[in-house]
Formats: sequence, C-alpha cells, structure tokens
Amino acid sequence: MQPTHASRRILLPVRNWFIVLTLFLALLLNLIPFGRLPGIPDWVALVLAFWCVHQPLKVGMAAAFVLGLAMDVADASVMGQHALAYVLLAFAAAGLSRRVLWFPLSQQALQLLPLFLGMQLVMMATRMLSGAEFPGVLWFLSSFTAALLWHPATYLLLTPQFRPEDKDVHRPI
Amino acid sequence: MGRHRVPIFLESTPALMSAVGHAPPPFFKRGPAPLVRLAFFVSLSLILLVADLRFHTLEWARLGVATVAWPLQRITWMPIDAAGDFGSYLTRQSSLLKDNEELRRRQLGTANLLLRQQHLEQENKRLRALLDMRARLPVEGRIAEILYAARDPFSRRVIIDKGIQHGISAGQAVVDDIGIIGQVVRVFPLTSEVLLLTDKDQAIPVEVQRNGLRAVLAGAGAGTMELRFLAANAEVQVGDILMTSGLDGVYLPGLPVAKVVKVDRDNSYSFARITCAPLAGVERHGLALVLGGRTALPPQPDDVPAILDRPAGGKRGKKKAR
Repeated sequence: MQPTHASRRILLPVRNWFIVLTLFLALLLNLIPFGRLPGIPDWVALVLAFWCVHQPLKVGMAAAFVLGLAMDVADASVMGQHALAYVLLAFAAAGLSRRVLWFPLSQQALQLLPLFLGMQLVMMATRMLSGAEFPGVLWFLSSFTAALLWHPATYLLLTPQFRPEDKDVHRPI
Repeated sequence: MGRHRVPIFLESTPALMSAVGHAPPPFFKRGPAPLVRLAFFVSLSLILLVADLRFHTLEWARLGVATVAWPLQRITWMPIDAAGDFGSYLTRQSSLLKDNEELRRRQLGTANLLLRQQHLEQENKRLRALLDMRARLPVEGRIAEILYAARDPFSRRVIIDKGIQHGISAGQAVVDDIGIIGQVVRVFPLTSEVLLLTDKDQAIPVEVQRNGLRAVLAGAGAGTMELRFLAANAEVQVGDILMTSGLDGVYLPGLPVAKVVKVDRDNSYSFARITCAPLAGVERHGLALVLGGRTALPPQPDDVPAILDRPAGGKRGKKKAR
C-alpha cells in the first residue's frame, strides 16, 4: 500500500474566509517588530506556501503579490522585493502541490525548505544588486524555522477541515 | 475558377481543424496558464522595484498603505510593549536608585556648562555682531522615542514615534545625548524612518576635531563606518574624534559623530582605509532628539570649476533626493 498522507483522512471543503483570516493573521505576526533577531520565520511565506500547496486553485500568485506589497511597506524595504519573492514562492509551491502531499509531513517540510531558501535568495539578490549590505548568514535561519514549523502549521491550518472520526468496522473509510 | 476556390477552402479551414486537431473547450475556466501569470506578476514586481529604487516615485503609495496599516501595526506592538512593561516592572529598586543617582551626578556635572552656555551665547552674538558676521540660527529640537528597528535586514533603519503630525520632515538630523544617530529619510503621519549612520547608503561630511581636516564619512554596515577618499598619508590617527563640518547644509557643524578606531595605510592603494566607530548609541534604542531643519546654504559660486565639486555634490544630491 502506498504511504499516503492526503488519503488518510477525508477533509471537509475549505472555507474561503478561513484562508483570508489565516493570511491576515500571518501578516499581523510579521508586523511584530522583532528587529534583527535571527530565526524568526516569515509567517506570511509559511502560510502562503501552505495554501498554495493545499489549495492551488484558490490561493495563487495574485494573493502572493498583494501580500508581498503589504510586507514591503511594513518592512520599510524596497517596493517589489517581497512581492517578487512571494510570487516565485507561490508559483513553485503550486507546482509542487500535486506531488508533495503524498509524502509524510517531515518529508514535505524537507521539500519546502529549498523553496523558502530560494525566496530568501531572491530577496537577497534584488537588494544586493542595488547595493545593500549582506545581512549575514544567520538571516537564512528563518527558512529553517519555517520548514520546522510546517508540521504544526499543517495541523493548525487543517483543523477546521477535519471531521470527527467515526469508527465503523464494517465501513473502513 | 481557381480564384473562387481558394477563399472557399480558407473559409472551411477552422471547422476542419477543430474537428481534427483542436482541443475541446475546457470544462472549468481557470484563467491564463501559470507561466503566463508568473511572467505577468514577475514583470510587475520588477517594474515596481525599478520605479522605487531608481526613480523614487512610489513614496505616495507607501504613505497611503502605511497610513491605513497604522492601527494594525499599533496592535502588533502590544506584545513587545507588554514584555517591556513586564521587564521594567521586575526592575529592582536598587537599580532604579542607582540610575537616579547617576543621572543626578551627570546633571550636576553638566550644570556648570549649561549655566555658562547662556552667557557664552550672548557673548558669541555680540562678537559676531562686532565682526559683522551672520548670526547663527537658533535650532530647536523635538524629542522622539525610538520605537523599534525596521525589520528589513538589508539596511539600518529605526522607526521613531514622531511624524508629519509633529512637523518632522525628511532630511532632519537625529541626535542622542552623545552625538549624531542618523537622518530622517521617510515620514509617515505618526512615525518616521531614520536611516542610521552605519547604513551603507548614508554619507556625512565631517572634519577631524584635532586639525580640521575635512572628509566624507560613509557607513560600512555591521556597526562601523569608513572615512573615504583620504590620501594614504592623511593626518588621521587612531582615537581622533570626527565631528560634522556642516558643509552639506543638513547637519549643524560641530556635532560629534565618530571616533577613529583603525587606520590602515597600505602603499599599494592611493587611499588609506580608515575605520571608525560611531560615538552615539547608534544601534541602541531609547530617546533621540530630532533637530530642526537648516535653512539652505548660499548658492555655490559660479566660477568654481564643475569638476571640483562633483564627488561631494553627487553624494549631497542623492541624500537630498530621498
């Protein structure tokens, strides 16, 4: 039997307002001024990647672009820096969505790590091309934190879609 | 005959092709293909990047979004504020007493200077009148609190709690009790962004306190600054204090800026590598003073050759444009 995660539980359909709410909350989390503390994950990137993987038809590059612009203003960075990185992340995550859900959660996180790192590399490339300073290797720690949070984030964001398990020996599903 | 047949053949082509090779119409409308969408959004982001980096034309959009997002931002500061309040609640009385004692001692130490300041200013005014020089303009300041460091890891900026509503404008200098911290570069209704001296984009004209040698001090990132374009044999020593020369019309002359920590004279380069550390608590947080704007300097004389003032002029123009 194939080791599947997606088929283990049958999920209820997702509600649109819940997606909007989680993205908004992630944006709020990103606004908390931690300064230069390393290892704080990019919450918006994490939640965005999650919905792009799970609901590629509902959340895509347009949402990524808008969220990126919001982050650019909030971060006092250059306009378009987060937008570009998030759009590329959304594209890659949507491309990954059909394959990655068949893996167990830890391996899913391992496959998403290069995406988060790539997003940070894109941001670094755009800024360093315009003459900014190198932010230090520790800055990349936030990608690893985001990948580590993939497991809890999946359970948290899928909670409204789970339905109570109804054990029935005669009908195994 | 042949002329008639060709159009008939062409007319029937679409029907023929759809019957043979075309895909059936899609069941679900999904919009453009992912690659098309990617190209669209990426090019849009690139346009924004260029517009913001090169032409600085998006400040109005930033101002609008920041104004709308202000209440949200205020909410998100609450956990940090609460943590700070909790920390200060736990501060022991002894440390508070020690702080108080220290401040009292410092005030007494500077009282002497303060008392004489009035007298000296009067004397200075009279002397200047005697010498027929232009009087120095009084400069007022506005106390602001540094709220937090901007999250952007590529630049060194802090956010202060005074903005357009309080009469702050871009270009004003920000100092603390020891020296210059940086310059206001972007103003929002209730907050402003201060670019710190250690940012790579920040340059400030200085002079060496010991001998009056003028130079340009530029940020080098990671909490240090660099004295640029000084000849390898320039008269600069470790421990020299640098203060503003006031030549740029932005900073007042005579404010302490930095201290020389390392002088590297390598004969293979024509310039010396001089590393400096800021005197003020540039990377620390607390209260700061936003100095009032200076009136514009008199225009440059026309007979100066254009080549001479180009390096300094370029820097200055860039800074003012922000």
